[in-house]
Amino acid sequence: MFRRALTNIPRFTTVRPNFSYPVRFMSTEIKEAIDQAVASSPVVLFMKGTPEFPQCGFSRATIQLLGQQGVDPEKFAAYNVLEDQELRDAIKEYSNWPTIPQLYVKGEFVGGCDIITSMAQTGELAELLEANDALVPETDDGIEEAEITPRR
Amino acid sequence: MSALTVDTFKQIIQERLQAELVTVEDMSGGCGQAFAVIIVSPLFQGKNKLMRHRLVNNALKEEIAGIHAFTQKGFTPDEWAAQGGKV
Repeated sequence: MFRRALTNIPRFTTVRPNFSYPVRFMSTEIKEAIDQAVASSPVVLFMKGTPEFPQCGFSRATIQLLGQQGVDPEKFAAYNVLEDQELRDAIKEYSNWPTIPQLYVKGEFVGGCDIITSMAQTGELAELLEANDALVPETDDGIEEAEITPRR
Repeated sequence: MSALTVDTFKQIIQERLQAELVTVEDMSGGCGQAFAVIIVSPLFQGKNKLMRHRLVNNALKEEIAGIHAFTQKGFTPDEWAAQGGKV
């Protein structure tokens, strides 16, 4: 479903400096890389694993919710924090958020799995995605909507 | 920091978030690495979900950093009562 997301993983092949520094202070380089990642698509998810193979239940649940909402794969990018320890450490500081996954919509931090789950239940998530034009466009020829009224 | 237990974690949350009610569920199967919590606190009044989560995350920074998984739901006493005292 989010196949394109995999091709959307740009530049987290960062070169590690050969000295160690406390991970709490993220380098300018990684901050810029995250800035870029956050801006790379209208909907951006930092997750464990890939959309096809999430490697954590919370990341899996979040991907499923986004899929159910009808997020347009063209407008979605996912970044696997397990591929890059530096990203994994830095994203928590960047978002001031202690857990993964983390969802951004149009550059704004939305929340983690709990918040997304709750927003999906109340309909806020659909509203947010709709307002940011992040859903699969409805087509005339598809069976996007069907009026089903019981015959009486 | 020694491993968190349900009871100590509950007590910490109660104190730091002035919680009227806290439930802590250990989802790790006993290793103390994964907790699901429900917090009912007047501190949540007037705050949206993101602000509530940030409040909790900040209050429990060290504890959350030391565990593998943390999931939270926060309600004000009024919201909690309105939904009949359950999620």
